[in-house]
Amino acid sequence: MKYVDEFRNPNKAKALLREIEKLIARIEICRHRSLSLMEVCGGHTHTIFKFGVETMLPDAVELVHGPGCPVCVLPMGRVDDCVALAETPGVIFTTFGDAMRVPGSKKSLLQAKAGGADVRMVYSPLDALKLARLHPEKEIVFFGLGFETTMPSTALTILQAEREGIRNFSLFCNHITIIPTIKAILDSPDLQIDGFLGPGHVSMVIGTRPYRFIAEHYRRPLVIAGFEPLDVLQSVWMLLKQIAEGRCEIENQYNRVVPEDANREALAAVNLVYELREFFEWRGLGSIDHSGVRLRAAYARYDAERKFSVPALRIADPKSCQCGEVLKGVIKPWECKVFGSACTPETPLGALMVSSEGACAAYYQFGAIRRQKQGTNAA
Amino acid sequence: MCLGIPGQIVAISDPDSALGIVDVSDVRREINLVCVVSDDHPIEACVGDWVLVHVGFAMSRIDEREAAATLKILEELGEVDPELDAMRMADHA
Ligand code: SF4
Repeated sequence: MKYVDEFRNPNKAKALLREIEKLIARIEICRHRSLSLMEVCGGHTHTIFKFGVETMLPDAVELVHGPGCPVCVLPMGRVDDCVALAETPGVIFTTFGDAMRVPGSKKSLLQAKAGGADVRMVYSPLDALKLARLHPEKEIVFFGLGFETTMPSTALTILQAEREGIRNFSLFCNHITIIPTIKAILDSPDLQIDGFLGPGHVSMVIGTRPYRFIAEHYRRPLVIAGFEPLDVLQSVWMLLKQIAEGRCEIENQYNRVVPEDANREALAAVNLVYELREFFEWRGLGSIDHSGVRLRAAYARYDAERKFSVPALRIADPKSCQCGEVLKGVIKPWECKVFGSACTPETPLGALMVSSEGACAAYYQFGAIRRQKQGTNAA
Repeated sequence: MCLGIPGQIVAISDPDSALGIVDVSDVRREINLVCVVSDDHPIEACVGDWVLVHVGFAMSRIDEREAAATLKILEELGEVDPELDAMRMADHA
């Protein structure tokens, strides 16, 4: 199965770009302004910069990078909570690598580790559970974060812990849900989005139906997109085709992975273990109703927030940083006052500069061409 | 963290816990298969399946027919590169 190569074929990209140009010529709005298409998922942001998809597209199409990087949207206070948990005596704090260098108000997890806290990077929550088996004298806390893509994995890990009667394992639950997030973006007054590239891997869990309200109530098209460059280009083409034909539908470009129906096993585990929080605080977007989940009371013994005391303080972002505006797509990463000066991947001020899915890191790493292009346009 | 990677199930290591060995670009790892097993597709039938692997879990079966269909659309959109096409046919033979 050589799918990866096939979805990177430059000749097919050229053909798609020609078709995209043809569609733009047919779209009325494009005579007055460019179209804003938002990729909700950080994985797409990464692909877009890595393969220069943005620079290939004609100026009539603008890609707006949405809030789909799960570490990036956590408010600083949550990182502080992680550090506090990691520094609790007897705790081994486990996390995905992406979260290690995200700055809290005083330090990152990496700095806490350097200071003696037992922080370990794991590939899977199951690896954290393995640590719990190996170290019965320790408390293992796993930093659970991500949208519906990662939710089943932590839910299934907790169910496994329960089956085995493991008691020294708990989850610091920071999972967020996609639908209220998209709704918040659609309701945001300072944002005009003409269409969405839908998150591929969230959709393999929730299926394609939950997005229908976007087409029906908000009259915006959404195309669920895969993560190779041709997937993104084809999805842009599909969005433009809808717009050119005056349609608003939920379409699925990524149907080799995303079925129409939700993944029943995955959702059953999620529903068993989690319930919606009344609200969840986001960096940049503020508090969004029902946008986060927590463990149900039946699983309280696996809930790090109940098992340990976390400070749960609200910490405002440093004044100079504009992560919130970047997350909402109001400004481009390079328009942030401290981009590339005070804030770089070596000395990050915000998570967006750290995570591989963060827009600022992606711009910093791969975006030089784009910035040059902007410079030439301005001149 | 949300990217995931395609891999092929090469063996079932623990049918009761739905664990299997997945080969991801020549790296083999034990992966939880619960989310790709169903009554219609029991665990024994999973060997050989291509799956999208995500933080230790197979989250979705990759549908070869759909992949081929997507590629066909892409092909019809532009000129076909005959040489690459020949290569691809050979791969599938
Ligand atoms: S450059 Fe740094 S401070 Fe500015 S938005 Fe990006 S991550 Fe935040």
